[in-house]
Order: sequence, then C-alpha cells, then structure tokens
Amino acid sequence: MNSENLKAKNLLHLENVIKRYGGKTVLDDIDLSVAPGEFLTVVGPSGCGKSTLLRIIVGQEQASAGDVYISGAPIDFPNAHRGIVYQKYSLFPHLTVLENVLLGKELGQSYLQRGAARRQFNAEAMHYLERVRLAEHAHKFPHELSGGMQQRVAIAQALIMKPQILLMDEPFGALDPGTREDLQVFVLELWEEDDLTIFFVTHDLEEAVYLGTRIIVLSQYYTDDRPLAATSNRGSRIVADHQLPKTALATRAKTASEFQELITTLRRDGFDPQHLQHIREFNLKHPDSFITI
Amino acid sequence: MGLRRWLGILPFALLVIIYLVGSHLRLTDNPDDKILPSLAHMASTIDRLAFTADPRSGEYVMLNDTIASLRRLVMGIGASAIVGLLLGLNMGLFRGARGLLLPMTTFISIVPPLAILPVLFIVFGVDELAKVMLIFIGTFPLITRDIYYFVEAIPREQITKALTLNASPSQVVYRIVLPQVMPRLINTIRLSLGGGWLFLIAAEAIASTDGLGYRIFLVRRYLAMDVIIPYVLWITFLGFAFDWLLQSVMRWRYRWYEG
Repeated sequence: MNSENLKAKNLLHLENVIKRYGGKTVLDDIDLSVAPGEFLTVVGPSGCGKSTLLRIIVGQEQASAGDVYISGAPIDFPNAHRGIVYQKYSLFPHLTVLENVLLGKELGQSYLQRGAARRQFNAEAMHYLERVRLAEHAHKFPHELSGGMQQRVAIAQALIMKPQILLMDEPFGALDPGTREDLQVFVLELWEEDDLTIFFVTHDLEEAVYLGTRIIVLSQYYTDDRPLAATSNRGSRIVADHQLPKTALATRAKTASEFQELITTLRRDGFDPQHLQHIREFNLKHPDSFITI
Repeated sequence: MGLRRWLGILPFALLVIIYLVGSHLRLTDNPDDKILPSLAHMASTIDRLAFTADPRSGEYVMLNDTIASLRRLVMGIGASAIVGLLLGLNMGLFRGARGLLLPMTTFISIVPPLAILPVLFIVFGVDELAKVMLIFIGTFPLITRDIYYFVEAIPREQITKALTLNASPSQVVYRIVLPQVMPRLINTIRLSLGGGWLFLIAAEAIASTDGLGYRIFLVRRYLAMDVIIPYVLWITFLGFAFDWLLQSVMRWRYRWYEG
C-alpha cells in the first residue's frame, strides 16, 4: 500500500521524520503508519532515540524534518488527542489522586462550567479510579502511593481524556518484576475494553513481544551504501517491523517457543552492535510498513 | 521526654548557671556593676519597659519598639517575597526574562547590602523607606534566584502532561507551576528571615527613633545590660515564633511538599 492510502486509513502516520541534535543524527528517515486499535510496541538499544520519537509524536519536541499526522492532520503542540504516561513525572505532586485524575476534566472549562459539572466530573473520575482499583486511595497524595499505584493513577489520568492514541514511555521500567507483570496484564485489559490505540516504548524485548499486536525495532546498528567511517553519525532507523499474533491475556504466551525465536531474531537484528544488516535486508513484514525514497 | 531532648537543654542550662554564678560574684564585689545584672534587676527593667506606661507619653516602650520593628521587617520581607516570586517565576518560565534579569539579580545579590546603606539613606531619606529598602535589597535576590532554580527544575514532562490534559498556557502557570512554587517560597522566606533581622537591626542602629535595634544601641552607651539582654532574648523569641508560624502553614497547607 502506498503512503497516501496509509495516511488516509491510519491513525498515526510519520513520513521521513529526521531528528538531529546539533550535528548528531538521532533518528534517520522514520516512516511509520499505525492503524487504529493497534498496540504498537517500540524497542531498541539504549540511545536509539525511541523516547525521542515518542516526544516528537506527543509534540514535546519538533522533528528536524519530516511530517507527523494524527487522523490525517499534521500535529501541533501537545493536546488532548494524544494522552501520555511517562515512567515518572506523570502525576502532579501537589494534587491528590482524585484531583490528578479530575484535572483534565476541569482544565479547559470556565469556572462556571466547572461548578455546574463538578458532580458529574467527580463521578467520572471515581469511575476511572475504580477501574484502576484505586478508589480507596482517592484522597492520598502521589508520594503516599507505591510506584505501581502511581502508574495506575497516571493511566487513569490519561484515559479520562479519551485520547485517540495513548503514548507510554517505558511506563513500567522502574517497577519490580511482580508489579510489572500485574500492570502489563492490566494495560492489556484496558486496551481490549476501551479499543485503545497504544504507542508503547520499552527497552524490554520480552515485554514488547508479549504486549504488542505489532512490534518495531529501532536501531542505530545497520549499514547502508555510505562508507563505514560515517557509522558514528548514522541515525536510528526501523530495522524490523512485525505483526504479532493477538494473544491478549494468555499470560504464559511469554514462554512459547515461537516467541522465543522471534525475540532471539529481534535481539540479533536490533541490539547487537556487531551484527550490521544492510538497509535493504531489513525485515519489515508488517502490512502497514512502507519506505519512502 | 527523651534523652535527646535533655541533651539539647543541657547547654542552655549550663549557660544560665555560668551567667548566674558570674553575676553573683561580680555583684558581691561591686553592687553597682552593670555588666552582668541580676535576674531581679532585669525583671524590674522588663516590668518598666514592657508593662508600665511611660509617665510622659503614656506609651509602652517595648510594645512600640516591637511594632515598629515588625512593621519594617514584614514590609521588607513581604516586598521581597512578592518581587522574588514574580521575577523568579518569569525567569524560570521565559527564556527572555531569564536573559534580561538573571545577570542583574546575580549582581545585586553579590553587592553587600550594608555597604550601600549610606546610599539608601541618601536616596530614600532616613525614614521608614530606607530601612524597608535595606531589608528588601538584602533578601530579594536570594528569594528570586531560589524560585528561579526551582521553576527551572520542574520537569518538562509535567508541562507536556498538562497540555495533553487540555491546559491553556496560563493554566499551566496558575494551576501547575504556581501551586508547586508556594511551599518553596515559604521555605525560602524562612531562610531569609535571619538576614532580614540582621538588616533591620543594622538600619535601626544607625538611623532611627524607635525599634528593637534602636533601643539596644541607644542604651549601649549606658552599659544597660539589663535592657540589652531581655531585648536580645525577645528578638530571638520573635524570630523563633515567625519560623514556627511559617512551618505550621507548611504543615497545614502543603502536606505533600515534605514527601
């Protein structure tokens, strides 16, 4: 499918996105199109620019070149169409859990509207807190909650805005393994129930394969027709793009052999600095995958 | 009371005992000695200054001094807090404001305030304004810079997050940044009060007709330690009370800040 059709059909569409800091290229010619309802996971070695890509999509940073579209319209500053959950700093420390979730409903309303709709907003916020199983902690401050609970509040805070796409930047990276697994199951449940579209950045390949319906690997370890001496300034590209079978909630899928194989392949293609694929050999199997020239 | 509390009291008790013994020795040697007055002597002086109306003016000297001093201190520190908050906030939020104001604020913060006291007297006269200005100039650069660094350190993620929750730019300032700055401002004021007292007493010592610092430096000529010691203790108590008050506001309004 060509890029125009993809742009019309899909929710998120990036074309020729390049990001440079000073003379250093971080992202080089990223082409990516994401269908609505997709759970896209983005992995790559540290420093590959996966968080930078997320910040460009949310609007916190601008691409040096290239275009980003949401529902066919070019993006601007951050707005309520794109929800975000960071690894930390998602919650406002001076607001209680309830106030944090309520905030998005209140902002952008005039004082009078807010007063009139308070009861309804409160009910809605409490509904979301119940869904993330934190209703009884509504009046605590974020610092009084554990890391896993804070992330659940952050998810509720983002979901109450009903964003077209939910961006998550290593949301479970700072959690202990048990909590992490709980939250993975939890976010899959929410994804299914609400028909969310999720853009999920992680450095954990297993997590990415387990959660996603589609996985892309971003890596700076590849070669192209440029001489090898220029290697140091090669920006990351999408070196692999796979569709993943829907296994939502089949928790133990992680151990299945086909997953293990895929993980091994992806680890070699994306994470091994010695293993340099040529740009023409990239494994971009996903039907929405495209490359512009 | 725990052992630690008793240990804390010990140096105070020792100081009082040393004073009392010294005072007793000197007074038995010379009953007119003024350097270490007895407790009874000090009590009668306090009674005269604090609880007896002045026979000529009908006013209470210590009360008047306290009101005059606190007025200057509160005006000076208050102005510092307001100006420091506004400047710091703008410098933290806007690159242009930072470029414009940071070098000047840094410069003023390094000028020793007492060195320009004569200038203040010349420019603002020897009345209230010069004293308030000294306190202001001595404390606002620190408050400004502290608020600025704090605002600058607020993670970019928080701003982005607020925007994805439909916040307008002014809401980012008034709903997200300002509420987080307030407890920090109170803490900075607590730290600035020490300097505030220093500048207040210095200004009163040099040119004034009332105030706690004025009284201390007035009676110094007569070696009136029976006035000086109670006044110093009173000033210390006032400083302590201010600190306690601000700390209570922190605990009451900004419970989240400590965590």
